Amino acid sequence: MQNHPVFTDNDPQSELSTLNLGPTHPATHGVFQNVLQLDGERIVSGVSTIGYIHRAFEKIAEHRPFYQITPLTDRLNYCSSPINNMGWHMTVEKLLNIQTPKRVDYLRVIVMELARIADHIVCNGVLGVDTGAFTGFLYMMEHREAIYEIYEEVCGSRLTTNIGRIGGFERNFNSKAFDKLRAFLKNFPKTLKEFETLFNRNRIFVDRTRGVAEVTAETALSYSWTGPILRATGVDYDVRAMNPYSSYEDFEFEVPVGDTGDVYSRFLVRNEEMWQSLRIIEQALAKLDKEDSTIFHADVPEFYLPPKEEVYNNMEALIYHFKIVMGEIPTPTTEVYHSVEGANGELGFYLVNDGGRSPYRLHFRRPSFINYQMYAPMSRGMLLSDAIINMSSLNIIAGELDA
Amino acid sequence: MAKIPNEQLIKAIADKFDTQVTVVGEPYELLTVETGREQIIDLLTFLKTDAELKFAFLTDITAIHYPEQEKQIGVIYHLHSLTTNTRIRIKVFLTDGDVHIPSATVLWDGANWMERETYDFFGVIFDGHPDLRRILNVDDMTAFPMRKEFPLEDPNRVDKKDFYFGR
Repeated sequence: MQNHPVFTDNDPQSELSTLNLGPTHPATHGVFQNVLQLDGERIVSGVSTIGYIHRAFEKIAEHRPFYQITPLTDRLNYCSSPINNMGWHMTVEKLLNIQTPKRVDYLRVIVMELARIADHIVCNGVLGVDTGAFTGFLYMMEHREAIYEIYEEVCGSRLTTNIGRIGGFERNFNSKAFDKLRAFLKNFPKTLKEFETLFNRNRIFVDRTRGVAEVTAETALSYSWTGPILRATGVDYDVRAMNPYSSYEDFEFEVPVGDTGDVYSRFLVRNEEMWQSLRIIEQALAKLDKEDSTIFHADVPEFYLPPKEEVYNNMEALIYHFKIVMGEIPTPTTEVYHSVEGANGELGFYLVNDGGRSPYRLHFRRPSFINYQMYAPMSRGMLLSDAIINMSSLNIIAGELDA
Repeated sequence: MAKIPNEQLIKAIADKFDTQVTVVGEPYELLTVETGREQIIDLLTFLKTDAELKFAFLTDITAIHYPEQEKQIGVIYHLHSLTTNTRIRIKVFLTDGDVHIPSATVLWDGANWMERETYDFFGVIFDGHPDLRRILNVDDMTAFPMRKEFPLEDPNRVDKKDFYFGR
């Protein structure tokens, strides 16, 4: 953090002004309130207030069966909803000891990596906008649109995808989805390269970001930071590499690590992660060719809702459908913690089950919530304009922050 | 470094804390121990600073409510050792009406908001916390909504009563 002389409240020379940065300030990217004490343009102190869109995710989850919690998870980090969604289903599958087929794992990896790219596109694009460069954002958003079109092909919706089911997917990927995916893989690297050329050595951008909001590895770990912002400080903690899930162990990829822990470093780490994600998707696509293309969910009729036409025509399907909907199938009484690498860091689900049809308690370790708490302390001594850039580099998503 | 086997972890804790820490189980290979609030900071300090264990990363703090138990409120810590890639879960159960527990902010800055959230939802009072206020809910709220006695829906609602549907 920068070491500038600042006035304090007790200083008779000072005339501090109070600024409400947010809620719904265009620069705060969501509903966060930061009451800042300013000495000129220098921030003396700040207090963050959150909770404006708190929706009692955990309480609602206690009252819903496992398969109906899916839409709730989509609305947390809405920039990369499939990751939340898959993370939740993997937790349930771990609880119920369900082994998913390899093809499901690979499809999940593809969807999750696409979501990561979509999230980083928004974050890095907006970081450019906050420093005054709109072009990069405009170029990149075209490809987020392409990712959304792939989602659309897979599940019919774009933002809150509701893409997973216990044991796999709701439906198989059609050929058009793969065509769009291949087109994306062909077109996106060119734009990403262009984006990097536009920013990485841009004089204004580097001046505005290098050395801003520097965080050491010790501070970041003490604040339980995870994800790209932790890796920017030099700690190579990535859940995908450390505790592989969904067959991430089958893929070759690197965990990009920064060194200085400033805004510029976070930007570079996210850019590099997009390259690595592309690499993973390429490998997953190649592996998919060797798998049976009709499999898209595990054979767990007691937890996976049968297709509607079978319910109408097949007695067994009807019975299973009834049993699932009425919650008559027993589940183990135990507790499970499962985490995945979300776009912002470790996304953990702590699920306590009492054998019923809905969780007894579900707690969600939300990376945005944990990452954001350092924002006010680290803004101390910073210029207001730097604090804005710092906020976009942390990539806080309000839905996940408030849950 | 390789993952620390749970047996070794149990032994290391037992050597230091004897019977003050009990092993609850290993659901899905994640060692779960229970302790009292008198030892919790000592235990966390030991786990964080021990040269072999190095559980230096605080993953999560949360709570759970069991209305039928004598000690109703459980506070749950998840720690992670990034050097050995081992996780551990620690539980402390508190009696309703005396929900005080020492704050872990002395060990991790990140515990601040996690404890505020736990206070907000369950009313657990973290002694020594620098700023124990509600975080997600409004300040003038009186209930602790994640406790089981607070139903999801307004109990005064009549439009969902079975009576009106002929049941």
